Amino acid sequence: MAIIAKDGYVDNVRDRVENFHGNQLVYVGWDDHLLFSAAWAFPLPPEMPFQGLVSEVMPGSFNDHPDFEKIDWTSVEWVLDGKSFLPDMDKSLKDNGVGHKSLIRFKTPGLMGVNGTRL
Amino acid sequence: MPAKKLNLRKRYELLTRGMGWETTYQKMDDVFPYDSFEGIKITDWDKWEDPFRLTMDSYWKFQAEKEKKLYAVIDSFAQNNGQTNLACASYLSAIKLFITGVTPLEYGAHRGFAHLGRHFRGDGARIACQMQAIDELRHAQTQVHTISHYNKHFSGLHDPFHQFDRVWYLSVPKSFIEDAMSSGPFEFITSISFAFEYVLTNLLFVPFMSGAAYNGDMATVTFGFSAQSDESRHMTLGLEIIKFMLEQHEDNLPIIQRWMDKHFWRAYRLLGLVAAMQDYMLTNSPMSWKEAWEVYFVENGGALFEDLSRYGLKMPKYHELATAEADHISHQIWSVFCSLGNATGFHTFLPTEEKMAWLSEKYPDTFDKYYRPRFEYWAEQKKAGTFEYQKGLPQLCQVCQIPMVFTEVQTDPMQISYRVTEHGGDKYHFCSDGCKDIFEHEPEKYVQAWLPVHQIYQGNCGGPTLPEVLDWYKFKPEDSGDYIGSKDYHRWQEWKGADKKVKQA
Repeated sequence: MAIIAKDGYVDNVRDRVENFHGNQLVYVGWDDHLLFSAAWAFPLPPEMPFQGLVSEVMPGSFNDHPDFEKIDWTSVEWVLDGKSFLPDMDKSLKDNGVGHKSLIRFKTPGLMGVNGTRL
Repeated sequence: MPAKKLNLRKRYELLTRGMGWETTYQKMDDVFPYDSFEGIKITDWDKWEDPFRLTMDSYWKFQAEKEKKLYAVIDSFAQNNGQTNLACASYLSAIKLFITGVTPLEYGAHRGFAHLGRHFRGDGARIACQMQAIDELRHAQTQVHTISHYNKHFSGLHDPFHQFDRVWYLSVPKSFIEDAMSSGPFEFITSISFAFEYVLTNLLFVPFMSGAAYNGDMATVTFGFSAQSDESRHMTLGLEIIKFMLEQHEDNLPIIQRWMDKHFWRAYRLLGLVAAMQDYMLTNSPMSWKEAWEVYFVENGGALFEDLSRYGLKMPKYHELATAEADHISHQIWSVFCSLGNATGFHTFLPTEEKMAWLSEKYPDTFDKYYRPRFEYWAEQKKAGTFEYQKGLPQLCQVCQIPMVFTEVQTDPMQISYRVTEHGGDKYHFCSDGCKDIFEHEPEKYVQAWLPVHQIYQGNCGGPTLPEVLDWYKFKPEDSGDYIGSKDYHRWQEWKGADKKVKQA
C-alpha cells in the first residue's frame, strides 16, 4: 500500500521465478496429516507432468507416513491455490495451472492419519 | 574556592538540554534526515522527559559495579565446574537457542539505538538512546561471556553470530530485528522499546531466567539479574516515548496504533520459539507458556492498554487470536523441531512421560487431544528403531518466516492456517492474518525477505544437499539430532551416571 522509507526501495523481489534456475516453487500440503507440520516446498520444472509430481516428487517427502501407500489416487481431492481442481496427470504443471509459488493441497478420503487422529 | 558541585537534576539538564543547539550553517532537516519521513509530528522536543535522568558518570559507576559482580560469579562458576550442577545437559538446548537467537538481537538493538542516539532531533531522547545502545552492547557481550563457559564442554555454542545470519529458524529473530532496524527511528523505538520491551519482554526474560534457576544454571541467572535493572529502564523509556508521541500531535495516533498492531504481532510470533523452549526444552519448567501469557499479557498487558486508552490507543489487533493460540503454539513449534531435528543446531528430544503428564495438566483442553498422540507415535517409532527425520523443506511465512505450522485454533486446530496474497504478479504466503496485514501494508519491503528455504533452492546456501547446507551454517555433526546418544549426552553420562531426567518415553 504505502512505501515508508527515506529513499524508497530498490526493486528487489527476492523470490522471482527467474532466480530458481528454470524451476518454479511449488508447495504441497497433505490435509489431515499433521505429522507433517507444514506443507513442503519443492523447486520443480514447470514442464514436469503432474504425474511426475505424484510419483517422483511427493513420495520422497510423504512416504514415511503409513497412509501414503494406501492412497487411492483416483479418489484424491485436489485444491490448487484455494480452489478445488482435477489435475490432468499427463499434462505439465504449467498446463494444469500450477504456477510459481502455487500451493497444492490434497485430501485423501478415508485416510485420516495415524489411527484417525488427523496426524 | 572550588566550583559548587551541581545536583543530579541540574547535571542531567545540562547534559540533555545544554548540549543541543539549533544549527545555522546546515539546515536542521539535513542534520537530522531520518526523523520526518514516517509522518510522526513533534512540536516540542523539550517536552521529552527521561524518567531516569541518568548521567554518563552515574551510568558508568553503576554498571561497573554490576559487571564486577557478574564477572566474579562467572569466574567462580567456571572454577567450581558449575556446568555439572545443571538439571540435565539437555537443558542446554534452551541456552543454545538463546545464544544463537537472542544474543544477536541484543547486538541488533545496540546498532538500532546507536542510530537513534545520533538521529533523534531531541537531545534528551538522543541521550536516552545512547545509554540504551551501550546497555544492549553490554548485554550481548555479557551473554557471550556467560555462556562461553558452556562452549568448553558442550556442542552447538561455537558460532552464534555466523549462524544468526544463515540458519533457517534463526531467520525468524533476524528478520524481526532487521524489520525494526530498517524502519524509521520512531517505528524502531515503538517496536523495540514498547511492543517488545514494554509489552512482551517479561515473556522472554522471566521464563529464561527463572527457567535457568529451576535448572541449576546459575551463570544465566546471574546475567539475568545484572540485566534486570537495565530492562526496567528500557521499559520505562518505551512507555515514555509512546506517551510523548501521542501527546505531541493527534495525527500520530493512527500511525502508532498501526505500529503497535504490527510489532505486537511480529514480537509475538518470535516468542513462539520461547514458548517451545519454556514448555519443552527446559528439564524443569517453572511455568507454562500459557500461564506466562495469561499473567504477562492478558493481565498486565490488559491493564497497560486500559491505561493508554485515554490517548485513544487500543489493544493490538489479533490479540484475541494470540490468547487462543496460547494453548497450541509451543506444541506446534516443538513438533516441527523434532521432525526436522537433523537440521537444528541444538538437540531435540521427545517429552518424557513425566513431562507429558505436566503438559496434560497445564494444557487440559489441547495436549491430550491434539499433541500427545504425535509425540507418542514418534516415541513408538524410536523404540522400534524406525523413526526418521522428515525429508523436505517446509513452506515458510513471508513475514515471520516461521514454517507454516500454525493452525485455525478458533475453528479447527488440526487445519493449517493458510493465507495468501498477490503482489506484482507473484504469490505470497502467510501463517496468519496478522502477518498478511503487515505484508499488504508495505509489500515493497517484504518482497525482499530472505527466506531460508527459497535461498537454499536458489543455490545460495552452500549446496543442494543437507550436509552442504549444514556445513555452510557451521553446524558440526554433533550439534544436531536427538539428545539421547549425542556427544553432550555421553559427556553428561560420564559426569552423572545414568541420566534419569531425559529418556525416551
